[in-house]
Amino acid sequence: MRLVVDLNRCQGYAQCAFLAPDVFTLHGHEALRYTPYADDSRREQVARAVAACPVGAILLDDLPENLPDDVAGDGAGGPADGLHAAGPGVG
Amino acid sequence: MSAERGGGGEGDGSLERLRRDGRIVIVGASLAGLRAAETLREQGFTGSLTLIGDEPEPPYDRPPLSKQVLLGTVDADRTTLPRRRAIGARWRLGTAATGLDLAARRVRLAGGEEVPYDRLLIATGVRARPWPHPAEADLDGVFTLRTGRDAARLRRRLAAGPRRVLVIGGGFMGSEIASACRELGLPVTVVERGPAPLVGALGGVIGQVAAELQRAHGVDLRCSVMVTGLEGDAAGRLRRAHLSDGTALEVDLAVVALGAVRNTEWLAGSGLGAGPRGVACDAGCRAFDVRGLVTDDVFVAGDVARTPHPLFGYQFLSLEHWGNAVAQAEVAAHNMVSPGPDRRPHLWIPAFWSAQFGVNIKSVGVPTMGEELLIAQGSLAERSFTGVYGYQGRVIAAVTFDQTNWLDFYRRQIETAAPFPPVCRTVDRRPDGLRPVPADFPDPSLPTHGPTVTLSGYSPTDRRIVFTPARG
Repeated sequence: MRLVVDLNRCQGYAQCAFLAPDVFTLHGHEALRYTPYADDSRREQVARAVAACPVGAILLDDLPENLPDDVAGDGAGGPADGLHAAGPGVG
Repeated sequence: MSAERGGGGEGDGSLERLRRDGRIVIVGASLAGLRAAETLREQGFTGSLTLIGDEPEPPYDRPPLSKQVLLGTVDADRTTLPRRRAIGARWRLGTAATGLDLAARRVRLAGGEEVPYDRLLIATGVRARPWPHPAEADLDGVFTLRTGRDAARLRRRLAAGPRRVLVIGGGFMGSEIASACRELGLPVTVVERGPAPLVGALGGVIGQVAAELQRAHGVDLRCSVMVTGLEGDAAGRLRRAHLSDGTALEVDLAVVALGAVRNTEWLAGSGLGAGPRGVACDAGCRAFDVRGLVTDDVFVAGDVARTPHPLFGYQFLSLEHWGNAVAQAEVAAHNMVSPGPDRRPHLWIPAFWSAQFGVNIKSVGVPTMGEELLIAQGSLAERSFTGVYGYQGRVIAAVTFDQTNWLDFYRRQIETAAPFPPVCRTVDRRPDGLRPVPADFPDPSLPTHGPTVTLSGYSPTDRRIVFTPARG
């Protein structure tokens, strides 16, 4: 799972650090550090952190690592099917 | 051959054709390029989408490179950006764009291939400004930090335990690198030619706090000093740095953190208004050509863009900020596939963050426009405060050290041109905050080193040459 936190939006509520301490930690009073790639075994923890962030700052996706959304050749278009991003969009 | 497709008029169904089966090319496959691609699909664009990027890696996040990656808690190749959705794109990674033909609507790639487009988004960003002396820059042990590869290389050297790290430049990047070095227990010297770290971004008052923060964490900080030369041994390894105060420093690792250079060289001669200061565009992200006329099929987003902002005197702002890349990419992508009346201006209020020495520094607005500064909450001495910048009697920016919860309030003050000094009384106002003080930005017209000559005046009879001597 890849994730990114919009640190402009982050207010240091520390919900994520509480719910997924292996992925998110506070450094000092309010500087958030996180692992931008979380192991699949942390999926549930991280999903809970995403849901519990009061400012919706965490974007998580569980698209396959090598995205099969490359389109070969000219003229082909349209998003590949069967893929979706999870979690709230940032911004 | 492509000029008829999807361009120009909107009442003739050409926009619908563009949205259905047009060709959109995005040059620059990092944060702005990716978010623009996602937005285009979200907006219902079903034509062909091509992303061209000179780095071989898929879009990745850069902020962790100067923090978690240098500390070794995250590998440099594990910061790939999450996707909001699949984008069904042709990826041309590891391929630099080398030219643009505006009339024929084609992007030229390294190797000579040409990619035709109906709409083009330029999101080529910036690169690290290299050390100006090429032979010295090539010494083993001299680094810059911008890409994932840069970060991986630098991390390896930090892990190997250098005797001392020299950081050249005390801006945000240099300060974050120094912070990581101290956290790793490495001796580090920061050389900053201004009077304090962060002075260019936040002014002298806040710069002084940053200086004390660095020294409290054991950084050997040397301000108002420049590195004048890097010296290698017979094997080409860095061994010494020479400083403008006549001293020398034994170092085996130096990181050049002298800001960034905008990636616009590939646009030279294209007729676009592009140069060292970026690619100029209107508030709707449409690029200007060299005549100052706005194009309708070339858009710009991210670090490489310069765009006028109504709240800041319609100044053309270049914002090398993560949040700007995202917001501007969304506006550009929306406007690329929308008819005139539905287009939106990019009115994002500048915002950034930096984590260093355990302190969370965040800012909104444009601090560099600030004439005065009021510490509205907290205290400089405690390094936990909210500073509010005033410009011509209104609030123009704010900065917080470990007080991020105040920023949203001041963002709204900036948006509504609230009066400065702020009229409302606030909790936790200290003696620091009884009255505004000069924000103390360096005068941009004064060089920080070396004598120079400038020209002023408009008419030929009015031209004046001014010699400015070196500052002491």
